[in-house]
Amino acid sequence: MLNFTIRRLLLAIPTLLFISLVIFLLLEASPGDPLGDVPLTVPPEVRDRMRAALGLGEPWFVRYVLWLKQFFWVEPLHWFDQVFGTGFSDGMQRIISFQSRSAVFDVIAQRVPQTLTVVGMSYVVGILIAIPIGILSAYKQYSWFDQIGTFVSMIGFSMPTFFTGVVLIIIFGVNLQWFPSVYDTTLQVRDWDSFMAQVRQMVMPVTVLALYNAAQISRFMRSSMLDNLGQDYVRTARAKGLSERVVVLKHVLRNSLIPVVTVIALGLPTVFGGAIITEQVFKVNGLGQLLITAIHGNDIPMVLTLTFIFAILIVVFTLIADILYGVLDPRIRYD
Amino acid sequence: MTEPVDRTTLTAGNAATPAAASPPVAPAPNRSQWGDVWRQFRSHRGAMVALVLFVGIILFVSVGPLIWRIDPTYVDIRARNQGFTLAHPLGTDQLGRDMLARLMAGGQVSIAVGLTAMAIAIFIGSLIGVSAGYFRRLDGPLMRVTELFLALPLLPLLLLMVTLFREPLSQTFGAAFGIFLLIVSAIGATSWMQAARIVRGEVLGLKEREFILAARSIGTPSHRMILRHILPNVLSPIMVAATLGIATAIITESALSFLGLGFPPDFPTWGRLLYDAVDQMVLYPSRVVFPGVLISLTVLCVNYIGDGLRDAMDPRIRGR
Repeated sequence: MLNFTIRRLLLAIPTLLFISLVIFLLLEASPGDPLGDVPLTVPPEVRDRMRAALGLGEPWFVRYVLWLKQFFWVEPLHWFDQVFGTGFSDGMQRIISFQSRSAVFDVIAQRVPQTLTVVGMSYVVGILIAIPIGILSAYKQYSWFDQIGTFVSMIGFSMPTFFTGVVLIIIFGVNLQWFPSVYDTTLQVRDWDSFMAQVRQMVMPVTVLALYNAAQISRFMRSSMLDNLGQDYVRTARAKGLSERVVVLKHVLRNSLIPVVTVIALGLPTVFGGAIITEQVFKVNGLGQLLITAIHGNDIPMVLTLTFIFAILIVVFTLIADILYGVLDPRIRYD
Repeated sequence: MTEPVDRTTLTAGNAATPAAASPPVAPAPNRSQWGDVWRQFRSHRGAMVALVLFVGIILFVSVGPLIWRIDPTYVDIRARNQGFTLAHPLGTDQLGRDMLARLMAGGQVSIAVGLTAMAIAIFIGSLIGVSAGYFRRLDGPLMRVTELFLALPLLPLLLLMVTLFREPLSQTFGAAFGIFLLIVSAIGATSWMQAARIVRGEVLGLKEREFILAARSIGTPSHRMILRHILPNVLSPIMVAATLGIATAIITESALSFLGLGFPPDFPTWGRLLYDAVDQMVLYPSRVVFPGVLISLTVLCVNYIGDGLRDAMDPRIRGR
């Protein structure tokens, strides 16, 4: 297992390098100009100096390697300095956003909590809804509960999140006035009232994302339970005289959770991607919203760094899913 | 002639379904493979309802504009923001454009994007899947490429591609067609990986079968081998992947439109209509609901049809 993990980690390095190169070249091939908004009255030599100040004067491979150095060397060093109060990164250039002229990672660090509270919460809620539904509808296959559950989960992943979000806003935000339709990120939780305000503004975005996640996970849970319920060991367990409760919740559930756990791990990075739309609907200023404003503003370092972080998330969670599968299911051998 | 797939051998080793492995009791006079698939498909009630609804939606967007002859881009500023009237059954938008006509026109674009993007994705996916499965030398490199693509953050990349290349493409091919080309190829180029993996797996299994050995022993060249013997036999997983691919493509296109990165404003698609209506959703909620419901309904239908197809094409379930 350790061998496998090390091998996969080593394989992940060229993959990530290649992905970063693809994103970089895509941005490079773009006709967009970060100086496009600079007035035409600015003389050409000043314009050239501005380009040089943004680091755009060098050929692309120099800038690519420089970005790699900043991402993998300067930023971790800076982080190390922050924690231990040392001065290794003094005088080193961090990745700077074209738009805000501040370090990209500082901006990202400001946005991560919003995304994590909303997205993380919705994923947890989604899983908590999905697993009981999956168990029940598999156990009572073709019953009315199963039929309704299957239908609802079909609807759940057929409805795009931007539509469910807007419908929820119309019903609960506008007509019933129960929840605010705009997520207020300046809200600080200090006492009970502000905590309730935070909960109320989180209800709708979390519901939208949780519904979508629950729809997918419950289908996996159901089919995995169905696979296991037909196995011989279930008959054996029943023949031993174990109660139905023990058979289903101990023997079958544990075995059918194995593939579901890996699906959950695999789905996490996509949730970050899917949250881009939900964040836009509810005006949550998280990572997704940051990416969209950066794309609109031709902010190349920000787009590059953010997209690359998404790529890292995908690679890391795929690895985690594979390892989890091997750990949970002793029949799986990678060597 | 193509080799008929011997469905019973697939199930012979599967003890869980002895019924499917036994020969049918009274075969109908001329049972073809597709006749069987259709018979099984019809017994899936959800899929049949979905098929009827989907055909209805297709008719609505294709035949509808021939009957309802109002130009979807015709601006009638005096008739703006109307409710449901006889002249405009679904009302008008903030520029007085007829909503019914816009929904039909939008549907044409959305479904066309879905179908074309799916066709591109399936073409790339089958090409890569078949070559990886059939030619052993290509297997390693092609599967590495597939894994690389799977690790790409797709939605951010799509957003990036669409923003970066919309200007040059719409200058070369015209605003509407350029964006159509861009969106379709961007979605197609980022969603072929699942199809490639499925097809490769199927081809690897097929290669071990006797009829392939027989075909090879009479000296069939590779291209005819693939076109005559391999492709017809991997058609069913390809078709299921294609159906589900339409749904994903429609959702992706409307998501792009919803983020303001899709088609130009005077060019309605369902996602664009929804996006335009969000600003006034408090006053005119119906304008949000109609395109949204149409998107969801289409995707729901396509997903159900895909489900039904998968069941119908799976010989282990068929005949139960």
